[in-house]
Amino acid sequence: MSFVEYSDIIQDGDVAIVYLGHDSMMPIKVQHGAQTQTRYGAIRHSTDLIGQRYGLKVTCTKGGWVHVLHPTPELWTVTLPHRTQILYTTDISVITMMLELKPGSVVCESGTGSGSLSHAILRTVAPTGHLHTVEFHQQRAEKAAEEFREHRVDHLVTVRNQDVCKEGFGVTGVADAVFLDIPSPWEAVGHAKAAMKRHGGRVCSFSPCIEQVQRTCEALAKHSFQEISTMEVLLRTHDVRTVSLPLPDFGPDDTAQKKETPSKQAVFMLKTTTPPREIPGHTGYLTFATKPRT
Amino acid sequence: MADKQDDDAMYTINEGDYVVLKRGDIFKAVQIQSRKKMAFEKQWFFLDNAVGHLYGTTFEILPGGSLQPQKQKDALSSTDAMEAGTDNRNIVDDGKSQKLTRDDIETLKEQGLKGQEIIQQLIDNSSTFRDKTEYAQDKYIKKKKKKYESTVSILKPTCRILALMYHGREPGKICHLRYDTLAQMLTLANIHAGSKVLVFETCAGLVLGAVMERMGGYGSVIQMYPGGGPVRAGVESFGFPPPFHDTLHDFPICQVNALLAGTLDTSAKDPNTADATHPHVAAEETATQPATVQRDGPEEASMDTNASGHCGDQRVDEERERGKEAKAELKRAKQEQRRKRLEAAAAQLEGRNADGLVIASRFHPCPVLMSLLRFLAPSRPFVVYSQYKEPLVDCFTKLKEQGGTVNLRLTDTWLRHYQVLPNRTHPVLLMSGGGGYLLSGTTVATEQSAPATSAADLSQEPAPKRLKASES
Repeated sequence: MSFVEYSDIIQDGDVAIVYLGHDSMMPIKVQHGAQTQTRYGAIRHSTDLIGQRYGLKVTCTKGGWVHVLHPTPELWTVTLPHRTQILYTTDISVITMMLELKPGSVVCESGTGSGSLSHAILRTVAPTGHLHTVEFHQQRAEKAAEEFREHRVDHLVTVRNQDVCKEGFGVTGVADAVFLDIPSPWEAVGHAKAAMKRHGGRVCSFSPCIEQVQRTCEALAKHSFQEISTMEVLLRTHDVRTVSLPLPDFGPDDTAQKKETPSKQAVFMLKTTTPPREIPGHTGYLTFATKPRT
Repeated sequence: MADKQDDDAMYTINEGDYVVLKRGDIFKAVQIQSRKKMAFEKQWFFLDNAVGHLYGTTFEILPGGSLQPQKQKDALSSTDAMEAGTDNRNIVDDGKSQKLTRDDIETLKEQGLKGQEIIQQLIDNSSTFRDKTEYAQDKYIKKKKKKYESTVSILKPTCRILALMYHGREPGKICHLRYDTLAQMLTLANIHAGSKVLVFETCAGLVLGAVMERMGGYGSVIQMYPGGGPVRAGVESFGFPPPFHDTLHDFPICQVNALLAGTLDTSAKDPNTADATHPHVAAEETATQPATVQRDGPEEASMDTNASGHCGDQRVDEERERGKEAKAELKRAKQEQRRKRLEAAAAQLEGRNADGLVIASRFHPCPVLMSLLRFLAPSRPFVVYSQYKEPLVDCFTKLKEQGGTVNLRLTDTWLRHYQVLPNRTHPVLLMSGGGGYLLSGTTVATEQSAPATSAADLSQEPAPKRLKASES
């Protein structure tokens, strides 16, 4: 198992995702002799997991069952322990495409936060790319580095504990893309430019507030970035439902061709979708730009 | 420095390259061919002069159609020195504020004035420009720039640029797949180097190319195709290096059932091509016959004796035979090639251990999904795109009935662009109405005796509400 390469068999030391039901999953660390408690009972790692195929159904001690899935950055995003507010797959997808990430890309990121985007980047740039990620909070930086090791992706990433606005990314002239998710991205634009390849590249800044976006766009323009573009993307989920709508009774109808049975209340069944009660309406604005050749 | 030279080589425009032309928000994918006239945004030019320059360069289109790299931008955009008004209460839109006529502007163009200069002329000859507010002046200049600047940038193709291009130019060709929806698909399907991905698409090859870009030439992509042959025009536009194409396989869906049943016969003649080639071969033969006869005609005429005439006939026969042989050889070679490809693709599929499935087509997705899912290993993602929601509701329902998948999600994305300018920040006026829908999920190990309901299987659908008993 690794977050950048699939494997078929669950092994000791793997990170696996336990699927309990819709919108209910949790990550576990597979270990000989260990047990994981779920609402359906316990999962015994040695007998239930190790040596079994990913995707299998495990019957827990209380009788209910779960599925054990191979980890992916997407599953990690919705199950990881939050140390900060994270980026979700919707924004991550747009960032990945608009930054033109692909195998071999070299990316600089700050702040690392809880590593949600980091894992997605690593998956995309593997096996020949690299991620330089900067986090100014020491514990978070350490936790991220630990997770990258556990997830067998540490060879693709360098974590630096420093302030990107003051000290930059720790590398210059190597990045194809830079991503900023920090309180004052305009202070890091110069460093972003320095970290990027001379030939050019793409930059992205994620900010929840429009004032931050305005200052960042100004800074980007001042540093001669081109194609500056700001957007936001929201996810709408459609829940499939079978709905029965009662048909009202207008009384006996003599002109009707068919004889209707007035005593039985008629219904109209239809399969449709409904939006969830509440949807995440705003995460942040995404600003992209291109660094021209310098 | 040697490094610098090597690096530059990667970023230099070469003849034969597939590139993307850009002006503002308009893109067009073309191939660099010498002396070929390109049409782009109502202008015609030759790309010859672009060869040798770097990608990302912006060129000026000179009268005559040749390109010249653009020099540093002049400070036309700075309106600090210009006087401006405070609001539009006294500005009357009578259509007479611009003193230059269409003909005047045409004359200026013919004189070879650059876009910047024409715009300056327009400003000087506008009676209301001075009264506009600074922001209105800014907007005016931007608008004129869009109209009169004759520049074009040449970019290296990427998924982002091509997806924007197709969505803006020919959305019908890609089933109205918007670029952010494509972005979701690539991520949700966990497309990455080294995996084995199945793709079924009728989006001119855009989706296939996007998947290939994210695989970086590692792993394999199997394109399942309907009809006679795979359509891949869009893949060319990506300009992948030749080794990438080695990872691309194709398999006709009309053989899927045979493959699943284990009865696939790769040596059988492809029914689609057998009938097609025979009439072609016959036609070619008859076409060559008169040609060979004609060639020998004058030689025959020049000979007087019967003997030489007879030799001429023999020569004609031999030529004819050789022609037939060559055609048959070619046909055999092609068939062998086709058979090998089919075998290779079948070998990839037989193990039923693919890592991902991406479907984006004009066909009803349900049968495609139910059939191709069988080639996926357990615990692997799949994504289905549809321009419409209902077919995906069908897929969802069938998948729930059948079991074998978890985490089913029917989604679409809402995309909004913003204009960000000091004191003028707001969402852009027009929004994209729809970008299509996605159904995504993950496969799990299938079991024969899995009941439909269980403690762990929290149905995504709550039971329909029971109706109150009628009181009539």
